[in-house]
Order: sequence, then structure tokens, then C-alpha cells
Amino acid sequence: MDFLKIFGREDISSKDIAKERLRLILVHDRANVSPKFLEMIKSQLINIISDYMEIEEDGMEIKLTRMKKDEDTTVPALVANIPIRRMKHLAKI
Amino acid sequence: MSQVLVITSGKGGVGKTTTTANIGTGLALYKQRKVVMVDADIGLRNLDVVMGLENRIVYDLVDVTHGLCRLKQALIKDKRFENLYLLPAAQTKDKTAVTPEQMEKLCDELRKDFDYVLIDCPAGIEQGFKNAIAGADKAIIVTTPEVSAVRDADRIVGLLEASGFEEPKLLINRIRPDMVKRGDMMSIEDMIDILAIELLGVVPEDEKIVVSTNRGEPAVADETSRAGQAYRNITRRIEGEEVPLMTLQEVEPTFMDKLRMLFGIKTRTAKGEGAKWTF
Repeated sequence: MDFLKIFGREDISSKDIAKERLRLILVHDRANVSPKFLEMIKSQLINIISDYMEIEEDGMEIKLTRMKKDEDTTVPALVANIPIRRMKHLAKI
Repeated sequence: MSQVLVITSGKGGVGKTTTTANIGTGLALYKQRKVVMVDADIGLRNLDVVMGLENRIVYDLVDVTHGLCRLKQALIKDKRFENLYLLPAAQTKDKTAVTPEQMEKLCDELRKDFDYVLIDCPAGIEQGFKNAIAGADKAIIVTTPEVSAVRDADRIVGLLEASGFEEPKLLINRIRPDMVKRGDMMSIEDMIDILAIELLGVVPEDEKIVVSTNRGEPAVADETSRAGQAYRNITRRIEGEEVPLMTLQEVEPTFMDKLRMLFGIKTRTAKGEGAKWTF
């Protein structure tokens, strides 16, 4: 969309916004993923990771999105952002 | 061989009833098919009004399924169009008054006498939807170029597939070529791309639909209506004819049009009337 900016049109056309929003909505709808379900995954992830590192639970973000698989196919992807506060070095086995 | 088609959408207000009325009338009027339209929206019947047959209702769908009358007694014959019949919904009952099994039986009964059984599905995905699809062979999903309507259409595609429907067809309603051109409305390609189902047809936004609904006369019979033309094409496609989906001839805005647009004055092209489309 950069070329649009050159011509002084900063906003993306509203239909492209609609299309992008729809795509994301449908990823969730089709995967049948509820916020509650994501919360469950999140709490279990915290449990597992906490054994190895200290994480910032409040800053943790987990969401379902789309990822480019190749040129023209996209697949649903689970993206987790987990800020680490400190490594626990108990795993030196 | 007769066909039972359900017209569904998930979201309300996208034009299921209008579509049912126009396809039904189109098949009877232009293809001489024997058609019955079944209003499955129990408690909120509307197909009778759109067809202008509201004053002729004696018995309804619930009366038939409960054995209070014979099927033939409840069928309303449309006197304007040979071979066109309506089975109205009940207005005083609710959707639980009928079961999917009863609907299936009813459809099989109608199949014996008609070439086409068209079922006007209620909005939503609950009991009413389940009833409406129970006896159907094929489904037509109506959507409009809006995020909410397309989302619901996608949901319906999923539910239909789960119920064993093969290849539901998409009907895009109320599209405005002028807005698509400006980039302010999703295009046909955008919606096909997202929903990944086969397109049956596209109906443009047309004031004549409001007028025809006011009168209780389906627009498909109006030779001057663009939406009517779109429905005539859809009718032919349902009959298996190859009708090209659409060709687009835009009329370029004149210098004066552009000037008017600059000052925000509505012009022919801005209203979409300068753009010549066939659907």
C-alpha cells in the first residue's frame, strides 16, 4: 500500500479493511476457538514454561492468526508472545 | 426429477424471502415449471406478503404437519402465474411446532407433485434452520457485501457441509457496482475468494425491489428491473443453462461529473446509474 501514500492517499480502501477483518474473524470461527479455550492453552503454557524460566504473565499474549505457508496459501497459526524475566538454570542435565 | 432447494443465509435481512419469491416466480413464469414455495419461518411469516398472497391464507404449514388439514388445502395457487403455489408459515406458533422429520416428510410429499420445492429458511442457526434444511437436496446461500453477512454465510457453509450438503451455491445480493469501483464495497471476487464456494448469481441493489415488494409483485416479472434481470439469469442457471455471470461496461465519468464529484455533488456515476452492468 506504500504507493498509495506517495499519491497522498494514506487510508487503505474500506473494502480491503473489511476483507482483512473478515479473514481474521473466519480463522477464529472456522477453528471454533473461543477466548476461554485460548485462556486454557495460555495457563497450561505458563505451567510448562515456568519450570525452565521465569516469565512475565501479565505481558503474555497468545492469539490465533494467519501465516503465509507459501505464495498464495495461508494457514491458521497460533502465535504466543512470552516475555522472559529470568532463566532458571535447573535444566542443566 | 424434482428438486428441493433451501434458500438460507444465517443473517437476517439479506434477501432470502425476496430471492425465494423471485426464483420461484421465475421458474414458473419463464420455465413453465411447477413450483411450490414453502415459508419455513414459523412465527414470522413474510413470503406471503412479498408475493402479495397474504389475503388468501386459510391453512398453514403447521396445520399440515399436525394433520389439521390436507396438504392440498393449505397450498395457495398464485392466480397470476400458472404453476406457482405457496405453502405459508404459521404466524401464531413458534419454530418448535415443527420437527425436522415432519419437514422431511412434507418435502417428500411435495416432491411428488412439483418440479421445484423452494424453502424460505428463517434467519439464525437454531431449530428453524434445522427444520428448513431437513428435507432439502441443495442449498442456496444468500449474502450481501458486508462483513457480518459474509461471516454468517461462512458459518452456514460449515453447518451445511456438516449436514451432508454438497456444494451449496452463493447468491450475492444488493451489490452496488459504483461502491465496488470506489473500493468501498467488497467485490464479487473478494467474497468468492473468502467463502470458497461456487457462485450462482449476483443481484444488484435496485429500488425496484422495494417498489415490487410494496405491490406484492416479484421483480423477476418486471422486464425493466435490473434486479429482475439478475433473477431471470439465476433462474436459467438453476435450470442448468450456461448464462455468463456478468459483463461490465463502465461509462466513464465526464469532466463535469468529475467536477461535481470534487464538490461532493451526487452525479449519475456516483449513484451507479451511469455504470452499465449485466448480471
